[in-house]
Amino acid sequence: MGRIVEINGPIVRLELPQTVIGEQVRVGALGLTGEVIGRDGDTALAQMYENTEGLRPGEAAEGLGHALSVELGPGLLNAIFDGVQRPLSAVRAKSGDRIARGVEVPALPRERRWAFRPQARHEAGTRLEGGDVLGTVQETASIEHRILVPPDVQGELLEIAPAGEYTVDETIARVRVRDGSVRKLSLSHRWPVRTPRPFRRRDHAVKPLITGQRILDTFYPLLKGGKAAIPGPFGAGKTMLQQQIARWCNAEIVIYVGCGERGNELTDVLEFMPELKDPHTGRPLMERTLLVANTSNMPVVAREASIYVGITIAEYFRDQGYDVVMVADSTSRWAEALREVAGRLGQMPVEEGYPAYLGSRLASFYERAGRVETLSGGHGSVTLIGAVSPPGGDFSEPVTSHTKEIIQTFWALSKELADARHYPAVDWLESFSGYVPSAAKWWAENVDPGWEAARSEALELLTESEELQRIVNLVGVEALSSEQRWTLEAAGLIKEGVLQQSATDEVDSFASPEKQYVLLDAMLQIRAQGMRLVKLGAPVRRLLQLPLLAQARRWKSQYPSEEMAALRAQIAEIPGIFERVALEYAERTVE
Amino acid sequence: MKNVEYRTATSVQGGLIVMGGVPGVAAGTRVSLRDHAGRLRNGLVIRVSDEAVLVEVFEGTEALDLERTWVRFLDEPFRLPLSRDIMGRIFNGAGQPRDGRPPIISAERRNINGEALNPAARAYPREFIQTGLAAIDGMNSLTRGQKLPIFSGGGLPHNRVAAQIVRQAKLLGEEASDFVVVFAAFGVSSTDARFFQESFEDSGVLNRVVMFLNLADEPVIERLLTPRAALTAAEYLAYDLDYHVLVVMTDMTAYAEALREVAVLRGDVPARKGYPGYLYSDLAEIYERAGRIRDRRGSITLIPVLSMPSDDITHPIPDLTGYITEGQIVLSRDLHNQGVYPPVAVLPSLSRLMKDGIGKNYTREDHPHVASQLFASYAKALEVRGLAAIIGAEELSEADRRFLEFADAFERRFIGQGEDEDRSVYETLNLAWDLLSMLPPEALIRVSEEELAKYHKWQAVP
Ligand SMILES: Nc1ncnc2c1ncn2[C@@H]1O[C@H](COP(=O)(O)OP(=O)(O)O)[C@@H](O)[C@H]1O
Ligand SMILES: [Mg+2]
Repeated sequence: MGRIVEINGPIVRLELPQTVIGEQVRVGALGLTGEVIGRDGDTALAQMYENTEGLRPGEAAEGLGHALSVELGPGLLNAIFDGVQRPLSAVRAKSGDRIARGVEVPALPRERRWAFRPQARHEAGTRLEGGDVLGTVQETASIEHRILVPPDVQGELLEIAPAGEYTVDETIARVRVRDGSVRKLSLSHRWPVRTPRPFRRRDHAVKPLITGQRILDTFYPLLKGGKAAIPGPFGAGKTMLQQQIARWCNAEIVIYVGCGERGNELTDVLEFMPELKDPHTGRPLMERTLLVANTSNMPVVAREASIYVGITIAEYFRDQGYDVVMVADSTSRWAEALREVAGRLGQMPVEEGYPAYLGSRLASFYERAGRVETLSGGHGSVTLIGAVSPPGGDFSEPVTSHTKEIIQTFWALSKELADARHYPAVDWLESFSGYVPSAAKWWAENVDPGWEAARSEALELLTESEELQRIVNLVGVEALSSEQRWTLEAAGLIKEGVLQQSATDEVDSFASPEKQYVLLDAMLQIRAQGMRLVKLGAPVRRLLQLPLLAQARRWKSQYPSEEMAALRAQIAEIPGIFERVALEYAERTVE
Repeated sequence: MKNVEYRTATSVQGGLIVMGGVPGVAAGTRVSLRDHAGRLRNGLVIRVSDEAVLVEVFEGTEALDLERTWVRFLDEPFRLPLSRDIMGRIFNGAGQPRDGRPPIISAERRNINGEALNPAARAYPREFIQTGLAAIDGMNSLTRGQKLPIFSGGGLPHNRVAAQIVRQAKLLGEEASDFVVVFAAFGVSSTDARFFQESFEDSGVLNRVVMFLNLADEPVIERLLTPRAALTAAEYLAYDLDYHVLVVMTDMTAYAEALREVAVLRGDVPARKGYPGYLYSDLAEIYERAGRIRDRRGSITLIPVLSMPSDDITHPIPDLTGYITEGQIVLSRDLHNQGVYPPVAVLPSLSRLMKDGIGKNYTREDHPHVASQLFASYAKALEVRGLAAIIGAEELSEADRRFLEFADAFERRFIGQGEDEDRSVYETLNLAWDLLSMLPPEALIRVSEEELAKYHKWQAVP
């Protein structure tokens, strides 16, 4: 038993000999929990996950003998946890609308019985390795929970429970491990959050994560197992974009980490997710989703932990062979939590108050993304998508610039676009993706061989139009040639008819890959057909009056992804429309 | 321990006093200090160890000395006594009466720091509040339980705008406002405070207002308590007494500056512009107390006012605020100089909860598209105006000239309105269509073809 020596905000100095860095501690009469982050002789420094108001020097402190870990097993899905994996609905039942301090509620429900089906090939004598699947539990209608041998256990199976209903505490298998002792396994096991879960080897990411958002999938794709960042000033649309991804992406499991952001945004997710259907399975979205919430008004140290709690749960589902997406909103709040603790410890700040290890912490966090061959030989992936909230929207600040070095896909949000309510406000010039070659393969095989060419053409068009716009802003549109004016119009079509996509419009909110390609291709056709006429000498003024231009901008919200035949029929009329203009113009020149 | 006076100060420096060798003091405890002249001051324990206790003194440490300062540790955090009788009362920043009437006596005394609301207990705000201001209702609407700050600057009419919102705010279909008001002013002049007081009086709500005042010439550190005391009162009114509470707080910049002052004294590592790294979390503890709770009738709608130093929206105070609140109403010096009231810069303004509180079941079916169209058209119109400034309006194309006219009309007629003009949201939407009808229908692609057919005033187009 130790005692409290000093209390300084969330940092507590303890007299606690023989503790180790990372050990969980319980301190004070209230039984607050925290974790050791430093040692000096017989005293230890601990950061507390809960508000330390009311603690006194002299109160008791004890080490709990283990690091911060999460409980992994059936009951994770559909739940909302705080930053140290306390289930918030159960906490509410226990302590009311406000989170009382020192409440202890286990992460997974204890009473609930799960129907366990052992793997048929397992019998006494089978040799088990860490990560092997012992059996399954149908956790929700869409997700089968595969019960894994904990990664650090291997040995001879002595006994496995027959099919039946078990709680997460009951023993379902006994294994004789290397030292001859017997380990009892249950439906759940614990894993320390700051230790990445092991796997056999890294695989190449090959398949794009389809999010249904055109500017993401078509222009700056992300792969399953990839890492992406969404930087942007406040109000630019980081949260909406992440929520859109959580709703529509074709991952099997979605982990939404609200880290230091608004409480209402989690409420929003909690309210809409159960009502929405997974577009890929038709089941309520909540069945594949779980939330980790440490909102901005909750204690800052648990905010730092929440990211690790999220990623460890993500790895656990990966190890079951699933494609998992974790969105973290916002990684900047996590970095700020690091900064706050570093500041209290008197560590030397290097940039804007951040400690020197900011970059390496960010890198090792993102390193936990990836597509892997699991210990049991299957394949799974964790895709990481982190929002970044740069102060003043300045992308040169430490968190954004470090993150940019680490990730492969960068979805830069722009204040100018957001101010004009062009959503998603993804800046098509600032953003990038290192995954285009792999994505191109998939699009060519599954959607259209013309994908890569169409994408490049559109991006060139957008770049060119940026130049032209600069000229217009200086001297007016009259200074442009007819061809340049048509180019500007075509870029407008791409921006308004393809890139802009409303999350609140029922039809537009999600676009299948096919719809994405059809729309893009249509705009490029209009561009080409018009350009041909302009080159032949048709006045661009006449072309700009075509009702087609306003119609094409509305197609995205008129044709749902299932009605592509109808849209294609519309598009088939494009050549005819231009042909009529050509005729009309030819007649005139004849006159 | 409550009754023991310690005289063990070992150092005293700008607002902070260090007490030596007091065993067993709890972190966050309230402190009462008596100086050589017998005057009492209040403080709070902010750091404590076996050897020393660091105390923040709200009234400042001026004229305190080491030998003749007696300190009592009250063994409890700051608490606010609460009862129905707070209505109509005026308190100082620490919650003591400043209207000459007796203190509130009640067994209900709550820690002003509150406790974090469980996100699983929140209810999402969806009820549209009509403020009567077109720039807000039409394009940046407010909902019950939202936190929506006003970003302003010196000399801009934020007080008048806030007061007009308080006067006119109501739910659709309701006659008068059924809000009670909690008003907190810190670091503002007595003129500003009086302005609000009079405006509450004029609109006859004074007996439904609770005020917490800490004026510019009053103790700086007390500002750290003022918003917390005000929100503690608001929570009591909302969740114990079922009221819908509108909280107006001004000026958050003064609050943040007070926080910086204390941080510097404590030697905290600064992040940006000298503000401590925890400014974000600290502001969030305040702003996040707005909202709704499942199965509770009341609500807290929060309108903080802040002045942006040098009109800079990227300054840490507006910046961090914008990252926490559910949008912002930005006031523009340009519009103000042109005589537009309320001078709302609609483009950088935002209401994040608007999307869930307007449209078919809430206001009118065309509202979301009309708002989106107004934003797009006005953004384009401002581009044209920039161009006209360079090449001259005569050189503009016919279509562009229409946008230029639209920009002017939009600012004068839509954004601009009278200080006692209370527009219904339908009037606002109709006015929007009048203005959008200045533009050719093919330029209006954010509204649907059906809406165009129904609302566009075609005859306005030659
Ligand atoms: N894709 C979108 N479609 C429609 N509206 C959007 C979209 N993205 C953002 N918005 C609007 O912008 C607001 C701010 O977006 P949000 O994601 O909360 O910004 P951030 O997280 O960057 O501060 C939202 O409340 C919504 O009104
Ligand atoms: Mg956000």
